[in-house]
Amino acid sequence: MTTTPEGVSLGMPQLPAPAYPDDVRARLEADSREVIARYPDSRSALLPLLHLVQSEEGHVTRTGMKFCADVLGLTTAEVTAVATFYSMYRRGPSGDYQVGVCTNTLCAVLGGDAIFETLQEHLGVANGGTTEDGKVTLEHIECNAACDFAPVVMVNWEFFDNQTPASAKRLVDDLRSGAQVEPTRGAPLCTFKDTARILAGFPDTRDGAVEASGSAGAASLIGLRLAKGEHPARVVHPRGAAPKDRPPHDPSPAEHLSSHDAPQDTAASDPSHPAGPIAEEGE
Amino acid sequence: MTLAPEIKDTSPEKLLAPVLSAFWDEDRSWTLDVYRRHEGYEGLRKALAMTPDDLIAYVKESGLRGRGGAGFPTGMKWQFIPQGDGKPHYLVVNADESEPGTCKDIPLLFANPHSLIEGIVIACYAIRSSHAFIYLRGEVVPVLRRLHEAVREAYAAGYLGKNVLGSGLDLELTVHAGAGAYICGEETALLDSLEGRRGQPRLRPPFPAVAGLYACPTVVNNVESIASVPAILQKGKEWFRSMGSEKSPGFTLYSLSGHVSNPGQYEAPLGITLRQLLDMSGGMRAGHRLKFWTPGGSSTPMFTEEHLDVPLDYEGVGAAGSMLGTKALQCFDETTCVVRAVTRWTEFYAHESCGKCTPCREGTYWLVQLLRDIEAGKGAMSDLDKLNDIADNINGKSFCALGDGAASPIFSSLKYFREEYEDHITGRGCPFDPAKSTAWADRTEVNA
Repeated sequence: MTTTPEGVSLGMPQLPAPAYPDDVRARLEADSREVIARYPDSRSALLPLLHLVQSEEGHVTRTGMKFCADVLGLTTAEVTAVATFYSMYRRGPSGDYQVGVCTNTLCAVLGGDAIFETLQEHLGVANGGTTEDGKVTLEHIECNAACDFAPVVMVNWEFFDNQTPASAKRLVDDLRSGAQVEPTRGAPLCTFKDTARILAGFPDTRDGAVEASGSAGAASLIGLRLAKGEHPARVVHPRGAAPKDRPPHDPSPAEHLSSHDAPQDTAASDPSHPAGPIAEEGE
Repeated sequence: MTLAPEIKDTSPEKLLAPVLSAFWDEDRSWTLDVYRRHEGYEGLRKALAMTPDDLIAYVKESGLRGRGGAGFPTGMKWQFIPQGDGKPHYLVVNADESEPGTCKDIPLLFANPHSLIEGIVIACYAIRSSHAFIYLRGEVVPVLRRLHEAVREAYAAGYLGKNVLGSGLDLELTVHAGAGAYICGEETALLDSLEGRRGQPRLRPPFPAVAGLYACPTVVNNVESIASVPAILQKGKEWFRSMGSEKSPGFTLYSLSGHVSNPGQYEAPLGITLRQLLDMSGGMRAGHRLKFWTPGGSSTPMFTEEHLDVPLDYEGVGAAGSMLGTKALQCFDETTCVVRAVTRWTEFYAHESCGKCTPCREGTYWLVQLLRDIEAGKGAMSDLDKLNDIADNINGKSFCALGDGAASPIFSSLKYFREEYEDHITGRGCPFDPAKSTAWADRTEVNA
């Protein structure tokens, strides 16, 4: 991916990124024109174009950023500054399926932490890691606007609602075995690259993709059903004792899964990636 | 604290008012056909029969206020757009729903995207805009799919494009997917992002109404605000004002989540209370008590059991010391550790701080360090005042509301649960078992 020695820059300027092969470039240029035409100002096309180059290679490469810079008349520095700001742009190769476990407070408390811990053990990867078969990249994610379906797992940004550690294990096993997996809300899964193309603004043309999973999830309909005089099925939980008078316990690192997600020692979010922000803007 | 007026009839049929959600249970509810069967695009016809200025006045008189958090009157936002200035005007819909706990716009757009599109056409006619944008957070591909399809349908039916319904209005609508950044829900950061830049908030003034997208007059409205407009036109402002209160009229989506029996969307007149919502929906999960909750996402100061009867409207929640925000009612029961919850939220703010201004960037970093120590039983009593102090140095002193949001859980949790922080310090650790908080904790049949 790079010619720079790991972690250390000796001051040698990086060679320019290699260009896309001619046929790829021609195809992406045609797509780019379509994207740019949606905006009064071409620079607005940068976020969708970064999704587009991500759909080509599975992550945003230096080649992809150079391509965006070329078609928009920007410098690669300007493009890099943007590409490194947003969390959906991957900066290294990863799996066909991005499995994101919500570990923001509400999902975490309702079991997202336990799910994330289970998946890390089950897959043998840490946050951001990819399984050896290249199928699954595991991440924890922030609140994905589905708190009434907590705990939530997203795969390639489709909703898998009301998960448990067991259901999440089955889910990743299915993904790795190549079974067609269907989300609770969303369309039968496509690969991460295909998803990135939809994000670039190219509608999903698969038959049935738009209508898949019905009009609304069950939780979305609860108020409506009550207002119509229908009463939702009550889930009665057998109840144990409330947690009191327990001895204090030291939270294990696994209970605080987002610990690694808070500010790190340096601003470089990926020090091994030389295209990363060596100096933040304003310097 | 103000108490809700006594309501004799406590049945959900009386207390709830599904408008935007009224037909989400129908097959193919997201399609133009189904939307039109429910008076879809009728509001637009009424709007186009008015002059733009009259339309703005009408929406203003309806009393509709922003549903994205701040509660600014929608019609007034439209009125601020200078007219006859020779510049293009833009409408940008904020669909970057990312505030922890907030989950109303995403189900709305999934089940009923045309309500937003109709609202957009009406708003653009009012503010004389010929190009609108929906800035949708990227992480919700199922919604993006349905927006693509709904926009295609609307163009084909003549609700978008050249000369909308023969009105002379030309309107382009661009669906724009973001790329993962909470800060882009802040309206000026959203505009920078839409211009193809890092999403960082702008200094104001100038406000977006004067210099917004591409330095042109721009209205930025939340999804639910705009989607509420067609019903107001269709059914009338008096109908709208018949719900809610004088200053907070109308209906809205309340999102109930957490340790409740039936989490979900509840559309009701403004001013309903959490007690009413819990009573009708089966309450907290069986055998548990409400401990703390947020009225409108993690950035709104938390409430406790004593606030169950606070009317959930702008004034009611404000008077009780918090903000209505996004009406994201995240309910946590007694199994939940407040310190854990606040630490996690604070880690979120630190992660999402854009880094532009010092109080937020540095402050959230140090809050996380202190909170982690306290949670792990390594804190000192003096840390509690330090937390308060740092939060105070962020609140009101940062560039945008993200900083204020980061301070809210700190202030409010220290106010109501200082003892619990102290227990972590004196007990050298967390007294809670996270396994008891999980959704499956009380299920015997699931051995998760």
